Amino acid sequence: MPTVLSDTGTHAVPPSGAGLLLSPQDTERATGWTLKPEGMCQAELCVPLPATMRQGERIDAAAFWRHLGNPVAHDRAGETWVLGTGPEQRNQALAGLQAPDFALPDLNGKIHRLSDYRGQKVFLTTWASW
Amino acid sequence: MWEDLQTCVFDAPFVVIAVAEEGRGAEQARPWIEKARPSYPCLIDENHVVSALYGMVNVPQCVWIDERGTIVRPPETAGSTDHFRKMDPATRTLAPALLAERNAARKAYLDAVRTWIRTGKHALPGDEARARLPVITPDMAMADALFRLALHLRRQGQEAEAAEHFAEASRLHPESWCIFRDAQALEPSGLAGGPAFWERVNALGNKPYYVPPRL
Repeated sequence: MPTVLSDTGTHAVPPSGAGLLLSPQDTERATGWTLKPEGMCQAELCVPLPATMRQGERIDAAAFWRHLGNPVAHDRAGETWVLGTGPEQRNQALAGLQAPDFALPDLNGKIHRLSDYRGQKVFLTTWASW
Repeated sequence: MWEDLQTCVFDAPFVVIAVAEEGRGAEQARPWIEKARPSYPCLIDENHVVSALYGMVNVPQCVWIDERGTIVRPPETAGSTDHFRKMDPATRTLAPALLAERNAARKAYLDAVRTWIRTGKHALPGDEARARLPVITPDMAMADALFRLALHLRRQGQEAEAAEHFAEASRLHPESWCIFRDAQALEPSGLAGGPAFWERVNALGNKPYYVPPRL
C-alpha cells in the first residue's frame, strides 16, 4: 500500500500503477484540497484542475501538487511519496513575521504547540545529538 | 546551557523551547535530555519540521519570538562558535585563550537573550527582521522533500536508496548542515563528525560554520 507523507499527515493510499493517481477523497486527505465543479478548492480558494491531471475518476495528485508550485519526491518503487511545501508559500509565511506554528511531542509523547506558549517570550532553539 | 536562561527570574513571562532535530528518532535524544533534566519543553522533531519552517540550516540555531507570536530575531546561531575548528585534533581540546574566547562569546549571547527578556532590547524592527529572513528557493524546498523521503526510507530499513536521496538533498541545499549531518553514519560517540564532516568543514575555508549572530 503506497504511503503519502504531507503536511496533513501520513496516509496509506490504494496502489495506482504509475504515478500517484488518487480518488478525489484520497486526494483531499493527502493534500487538503477538495475537488469541486469549479476545480480544486481549499477554504475559499479554488484553482482549475487541468484535464491532463484527470484520469477518469482519479486525480494525478503529484501533477496537481507540482502545478501548485510544490515539490514532489518519491522512491523508485512508487511506494512512498512526499508532497512538500513550495518556496512561495514558505517565504510568504515567514515574511509576515508571524512565527509558523508546529506541534511536536516531548519524550513522553505529550504534544506541544508553539502557539500554546503565546503570551510569553519564546526562545526557540534547535539542537541534535549528532 | 539553556537551563541557565530558563531558571533566571524575569518579570516577563518567558520560555525556552528546545527542539531536537533527530531523524533517527526520540531515542537518540533521550540520554541527552534525561541527563540535562531540563525544566523547559524539549521536543522531538524527527522530520526536521522546525528547520524547514524557519529555514534553519544548522544546530543550534534559534529564533526569538515575542509575546504576540512575532519573530523579532530570525534564525541565527545560538551561542556556538567556530572555535571547534581550532581544536587540537589529538586531544580534541582548545588552548586556554581560545577556550576563554569561546566562553566569552557564549556568555555575550546569553546575556543578550536575558536583556531582551528584561527590556526588549535586541528585538529587531520589522523591516530589519524581514531583511534577515532566510529565502527559501525551489532547490531548498525540493531538498527538504527529498530529505523527508530519505528519513522515511531509512526508518524502513531501505538505507541504500535513502543514501541516494540524502545525497541529492544535500547537493540541492549544500548550506544545510542539518541535512548533511543527520544523513551521515554515526561514529561510536554518536556524532556525525567523521572524515566526511571535517572534509566539508575544511572546504569552508574562511567561511564560518557557525555564522556569528549580529547583535
